[in-house]
Amino acid sequence: MAATTSTVLDRAPEPRARGFWRRLRAGEEIAYLIALSAATLVLLIVGLLVYQLWISSTLSIHAFGFSFLTGTTWDPNAGQFGALPFIYGTCVTSALALLIAVPLGVGASIFLAELAPPNASNVMTFLIELLAAVPSVIYGLLGIFVLVPLIHTYLAPFLTATFGFLPLFQGTFYGVSFLSAGIILSIMVAPFIISVSREVLYAVPTDQREAALALGATKWEATWDIVIPNARTGIMGSIFLALARALGETMAVTMVIGNTPAISASLYSPGYSIAAVIANEFTEATGNLYLSSLIFLGLVLFGLTIVINAVARILILVTQQKGAA
Amino acid sequence: MKASISLRGAVCHVAVLAALAGLASVQLSAQMLINGAGATFPAPIYQKWFSDFNSVDSNVQINYQAIGSGGGIRQVTEGTVDFGASDGPMTDQQLAEYQQKHGFPVLHFPTVLGAAVPTYNIPGVTASLDFTPEALAGIFLGKIKRWSDPAIQKTNPNVTLPPREIVVIHRSDGSGTTYCWTDYLSKISSEWKSKVGRNTSVNWPAGLGGKGNDGVAGLVKQTSGAIGYVELIYAVRNHMAYGLVRNSAGEFIKANLSSVSSAAADAAEKMPADYRVSITNAPGKESYPISTFTWLLVPSKINDAGKRDAIKKFLKWALTDGQKSASSLQYAPLPKALQSRELGDISKIH
Repeated sequence: MAATTSTVLDRAPEPRARGFWRRLRAGEEIAYLIALSAATLVLLIVGLLVYQLWISSTLSIHAFGFSFLTGTTWDPNAGQFGALPFIYGTCVTSALALLIAVPLGVGASIFLAELAPPNASNVMTFLIELLAAVPSVIYGLLGIFVLVPLIHTYLAPFLTATFGFLPLFQGTFYGVSFLSAGIILSIMVAPFIISVSREVLYAVPTDQREAALALGATKWEATWDIVIPNARTGIMGSIFLALARALGETMAVTMVIGNTPAISASLYSPGYSIAAVIANEFTEATGNLYLSSLIFLGLVLFGLTIVINAVARILILVTQQKGAA
Repeated sequence: MKASISLRGAVCHVAVLAALAGLASVQLSAQMLINGAGATFPAPIYQKWFSDFNSVDSNVQINYQAIGSGGGIRQVTEGTVDFGASDGPMTDQQLAEYQQKHGFPVLHFPTVLGAAVPTYNIPGVTASLDFTPEALAGIFLGKIKRWSDPAIQKTNPNVTLPPREIVVIHRSDGSGTTYCWTDYLSKISSEWKSKVGRNTSVNWPAGLGGKGNDGVAGLVKQTSGAIGYVELIYAVRNHMAYGLVRNSAGEFIKANLSSVSSAAADAAEKMPADYRVSITNAPGKESYPISTFTWLLVPSKINDAGKRDAIKKFLKWALTDGQKSASSLQYAPLPKALQSRELGDISKIH
């Protein structure tokens, strides 16, 4: 006499329900397929990019081979093309930019996330993210009209007076130089570091902070010893983002770097970067070898980005393992 | 009621039909759109010509992109544009490439004249300096390093030049102005010719690179002791001080419309059939030595009859009426003899 409760398992589902489940499952399949194709599309685009770069630079690869990477002459008239001055310039300006932007950016993000009152923090973050949206050309104009004269009048004499014994600050300063390019790049990449690091620092669970404070740490000790190590991966990610922008930055760099393919230990010397030379010479390049060499430079930049990223990630892996041990 | 509705309906139908007919008629009197690309130097006068020509013949609309002389040559060879423009004539190799790709030659039509002038920034010096060809070559080769060098001071006895270091400013982007400047230097200095040569983009022995005429001008203005080269039009419009250059007749000439036209006058007589000629270091007492033609590159065979007629009509207009507006924009017009010769050659486009 007990009512037999029938479960879904006991009896076959009604035909209408079976159709519904089938449709739902099919929907999931479709969602899966859409997501999968979006991901493969991105990979496909990257692959296509590399393929196109490779195909278009075969002429130059056959003409120069590896000596392209070590050659120092860039002479379109004589058909001599060497990439070393541009690789040097790209690396030097990006390194200088990160050297300035990382302490600045991480410091600012710590202040905004941990130490500043929330309202002030929000307003300042909004302004900083606005900086990230400013077009590159505007930064270039800022560079030539404001930054370069400022560096020329104040910073360069100070550096020569204090650090003039270093080969880094020797020679005449004309305004356009590795130094100016590095500084303008640091202003451009700092907002990326700040906004991403701030988000990452916010994401650290509050109980971590509270536990540290409960154990007697000061606010700064809690921040430096507990919160930041927690957020380290995210901060590293933001630095990679900044590095990527610095390596590829074109217009701002070409306006303040001096556009001279020179390799010099001095930061006062004018230089050239890969992105700048491609932007300057691509539209006017006549002759297949010239064009092919410029595209080869693009491939070199792509390879440089991969190499630098790989080296950095290996370093992080190694230090993390060491830290764990 | 039915009658009024049907009347309203009829009016609506007529209105729609009229609108459609209007649309159709707009499509029937088709706008001829012609695309060109190339040199930045003549872009201002070309833009004025294209808009003036549109008021002469409202069916023809010409669109021009100033992407640089090299870009103009490349795009006309690729066939992506209907005509190109360049400050430097195409080389034999580029002509052969075009011929090989299309099966017919490309024609050069000189349109206006321009010049490159040396502009400088020496604190305390406001006078116009006189430059000899040797001085210019030495400065740009990096061999003359100071303004007080006798090579410059000798020709300027009335000006005290400071022992300040010379900072050379050149173009970082490929440019017809660079072609003109290096063409001149190659003619007057065998060392320049062997070491550097002439091209829209060269391996400069010394100096900093600025992007565009404005980049060079900006760098010169900012750097004490700097010397650079810019288009005459640019220097005039921006009230920049520029120097005189000694021509092949031994006279120090300041670049202006008449001295540039003088440079072309002699060349007009000796012009080769395909109009590819360099008029730097031209003979003649009044000639400014760093002058250049700028050319329109037009395919000799255009399959679209409408486009062909429009281009021929435009060329005829540009070589006659268009020349009148050239001087208002500081471009030197072509010598008359050259104009009539080119008008004859328009018939080569078939």
